[in-house]
Amino acid sequence: MEVVRLRVNGDERVCGVPAHYTLLETLRYGLGLTGSKQGCDKGDCGACTVIVDGRAILSCITPVWEAEGREVRTVEGLARGTEPHPVQDEFDLNGAAQCGFCTPGILCSSVALLDRNPTPTREEIRAALAGNLCRCTGYAKIYDAVEAAATRVGGEARRPDGAGPGPAPKRTPARGVGV
Amino acid sequence: MSARDGRGRASGRDAPAAGQPGDGLSTIGRPMRKVDGLAKSTGRARYTDDIRLPGMLHGKILRSPHPHARIVAIDTSRAEALEGVHAVVTGSDMPTRYGIIPWTPDEYPLCVDRVRHIGDGVAAVAAVDEDTANAALDLIDVAYEELPAYLDPHKAIAADSGPYIHEPRKPGQNGNVTKVVRLEFGDVEAGLGDSHVVVEGDYFFEGTTHTPIEPHCAIGLAEGNGKLTVWSATQVPHYLHRELARVLEVDPAHVRVIQPPVGGAFGGKSEPFDLEFCVAKLSMMTGRPVKILYTREEVFYSHRGRHPFHMRYRTGATRDGMLTSVDAEIVMDGGAYASFGLVTTYYAGQLLTAPYRMPAYRFHSTRAYTNKPACGPKRGHGSVQPRFAFEVQLDRIAERLEIDPIGLRRRNFIGANTRTVNDLRITSNGFLECLDEVERASDWKRKHRRLPFGRGVGVAGSTYITGTNYPIYPNDMPQSGIQLQVDRSGRVAVFSGASEIGQGVDSMVAYIVAEELGVPLDHVRVLAGDTDFTPVDLGAYSSRVTFMLGNACIDAARKLKTQVQEAVAAEWGVKPREVLLAGGLAVQAGDTGTSMPVRDAFNLAEAAAGTLGATGSYNTPKDVHGDYRGATIGASPAYSFTAHVAEVEVDVETGFVTVDRIWIAHDCGRALNPVLVAGQMEGSAYMGFAEALMEEQIFKTEDQGRAGLHNAPSLLDYRIPTSLDTPALESLIVESIDPEGPYGAKEAGEGPLHPSIPAIANAIYDAVGVRMDSLPFSPPRVWRALRSAGVTGARRGVAR
Ligand code: FES
Ligand code: FES
Repeated sequence: MEVVRLRVNGDERVCGVPAHYTLLETLRYGLGLTGSKQGCDKGDCGACTVIVDGRAILSCITPVWEAEGREVRTVEGLARGTEPHPVQDEFDLNGAAQCGFCTPGILCSSVALLDRNPTPTREEIRAALAGNLCRCTGYAKIYDAVEAAATRVGGEARRPDGAGPGPAPKRTPARGVGV
Repeated sequence: MSARDGRGRASGRDAPAAGQPGDGLSTIGRPMRKVDGLAKSTGRARYTDDIRLPGMLHGKILRSPHPHARIVAIDTSRAEALEGVHAVVTGSDMPTRYGIIPWTPDEYPLCVDRVRHIGDGVAAVAAVDEDTANAALDLIDVAYEELPAYLDPHKAIAADSGPYIHEPRKPGQNGNVTKVVRLEFGDVEAGLGDSHVVVEGDYFFEGTTHTPIEPHCAIGLAEGNGKLTVWSATQVPHYLHRELARVLEVDPAHVRVIQPPVGGAFGGKSEPFDLEFCVAKLSMMTGRPVKILYTREEVFYSHRGRHPFHMRYRTGATRDGMLTSVDAEIVMDGGAYASFGLVTTYYAGQLLTAPYRMPAYRFHSTRAYTNKPACGPKRGHGSVQPRFAFEVQLDRIAERLEIDPIGLRRRNFIGANTRTVNDLRITSNGFLECLDEVERASDWKRKHRRLPFGRGVGVAGSTYITGTNYPIYPNDMPQSGIQLQVDRSGRVAVFSGASEIGQGVDSMVAYIVAEELGVPLDHVRVLAGDTDFTPVDLGAYSSRVTFMLGNACIDAARKLKTQVQEAVAAEWGVKPREVLLAGGLAVQAGDTGTSMPVRDAFNLAEAAAGTLGATGSYNTPKDVHGDYRGATIGASPAYSFTAHVAEVEVDVETGFVTVDRIWIAHDCGRALNPVLVAGQMEGSAYMGFAEALMEEQIFKTEDQGRAGLHNAPSLLDYRIPTSLDTPALESLIVESIDPEGPYGAKEAGEGPLHPSIPAIANAIYDAVGVRMDSLPFSPPRVWRALRSAGVTGARRGVAR
């Protein structure tokens, strides 16, 4: 057992883990932060993506000690209080999460992108997500969600269409579908 | 009939479509949030591996290193002696055969006396942690006697003496054959003889696997009182419930299966797996909860994915392009166990008979066992492979007759409200509109045969079932059930036995309840996937849940609504049908001034009739099929229809094919939520594209060293498309409003996969004049095909 000290989602955490633990194992099994997923455990799928010092990294191939003393942000740390991050909200509005298993990793890659580039083109979004496999969506709705979030992060107010009995349905933007 | 794009906008047909003004619906047909959307985008959704129970042990399964061998002896004593190991289990502890199809039970939870593929489970351990469990596996001694392995289905079928992969069912039979189906409708030879053109071809569809991003995971918890709970990432909690009880000899009333959100499945989690039996048994032995999580490598070896098909087709047509006769000969490589193979063997032929009229049709399909992981159902079960071959044949006929390929398909349209040559009952059919949509959206007329060399477009069509009329085990009970319960706050709880695997079924039932009872969507709570609390739904397979559970849900909601209408009508002194429930209110028809919050209406009804609740169910139409043996297989309450156009670019120097865009038009009956329907269409087309260009689940042969070893059991080496590989996908929703579907809905989750592959094959031909008859169309294959056709430079070759 080793004692590791991590800063995770703004909290200072101390945790005893086996010496060979990865950051992913420490998050999931040591700290109970199960939002980050394990799809392959060898760096191939991106489900375990978290943000370390502003960069999206694969936590399943990051030894936990490499994250010591750094700022770790996981899917649980993207919302501000009860208000979801615009990317999280847009994933919901655009149907960008089907099974949702790739979603935490894709959200982290997207937030890392938007933090350094609040107005990405669709090609830049595609490139930023190239390390995150999604087996459900064909990626199209994910691009829609990230683009819509970029508009919001970039400051343009997006008024949810309040019509209908349920939560605000998606507005139909006046542009073509597809990539 | 109407058509819409993937955002739910009408594309200019006879309106109103659902979700458009004037349809009389408030929730159905509109883009709505998913009920679990926020849980999934905040990391709060708890998948099976996210669950940790106090005192939980970790299990691991020891797997066979041989493709085919007798188990001579297993010694677990050294493993048992290891500090931290709590239990070891072997095949003889669970010696009951099972199989998802009750007529072909041919596997054990762990192998008893024989291993049949590399990766077959032999023993399992439960230990304090994963490291100890792994160490314990190394201490289990298994003595094997190797047997000759069959890796080629043709050789397996040709075998005339044992040892076969399974014991023959009758002496003298070949134990390497799972199933043979031979069916003929009409006079095929006469039809071919009378044809103006007959095209013949051999096709090969390489096997592929599902690769959901979530690996299989299960937790077992046996309590001292005889109760057994299993959490599992499964698509079929009901079948798992039955098989756990039967195999482990536990009273089914004591077994509870909980299905947490599933991180993708695609058919790969639609039967019981070794880990579910092992966690249950290990927990029964230790009294502690036990979890097993597959490694990614184990997911590849558990497989149950798309069968490799060797196919030969002959298709005849008249001078004006009307189909006369189709003849198919299919050999399927089934792997080591039957899985759903009996059904696959039928589907291989049965599901080809629409959307085109076929006067005569014959198929002969044989499923062979081989010493590789078992194949099973992958999205578009059994019908994706024949569809590839057949749609390429249609393209060849169109070319020979100099008819536009879309025109040829229109000409042969089977129509609505009709029967296929094998007596499947077709009701709604929007296939022509699908063709219109892709033709228009892709600008087909300006592109087909007109693009510069190296660029091309191709079209293909298809049909698929919306569930099956006959369940997997014979019974007369409903296929789907649901229960609603109303509380005094105006909230409606829905108890649903259906499996949320990402397709959005939990949201679908919430939309229906909101629509029928007039409550806001966020007043509907869906409690799903727990056999202790929910009525039976047979599972998330064969594209059945929207149709079947949706109808059950309408049934329950309308019963509940009647109670509410009666109570409010008595209060207002009007007739019950004059009470409308909409927009959170009970309103008097024709007098919007008279209304009350729907919560008050519920309270009135509770006061009048007692605690408010209702159950609903749906059962399929029976006896609407032919009267030949096998006629029930492929019979569905409704069929979906799809057309794709793909646009590709072929690099003649490298054989590299780039798919730029796929236009996907799909008749889903009615889009209950167009965003979710488009998501299914895009995900399907993506998966078809992946199979067309990239994916192959292949195993080493004898001359490649370790026979039967998976060639690439990782997500790096088994290549699935990243965002950079995936083409632009354009969804075009067609709504034919099915007479029996919920609000007219049919399936959308599997049908739209089928045409991607032949559309890409046909587009490659349009681009470079080379027919691709073997999958996948990887650069080496395409390059070789170009070379052998004499296409070498940046100029149009001779083969066109
Ligand atoms: S789990 Fe880390 S990349 Fe797959
Ligand atoms: S939503 Fe299922 S893997 Fe992406």
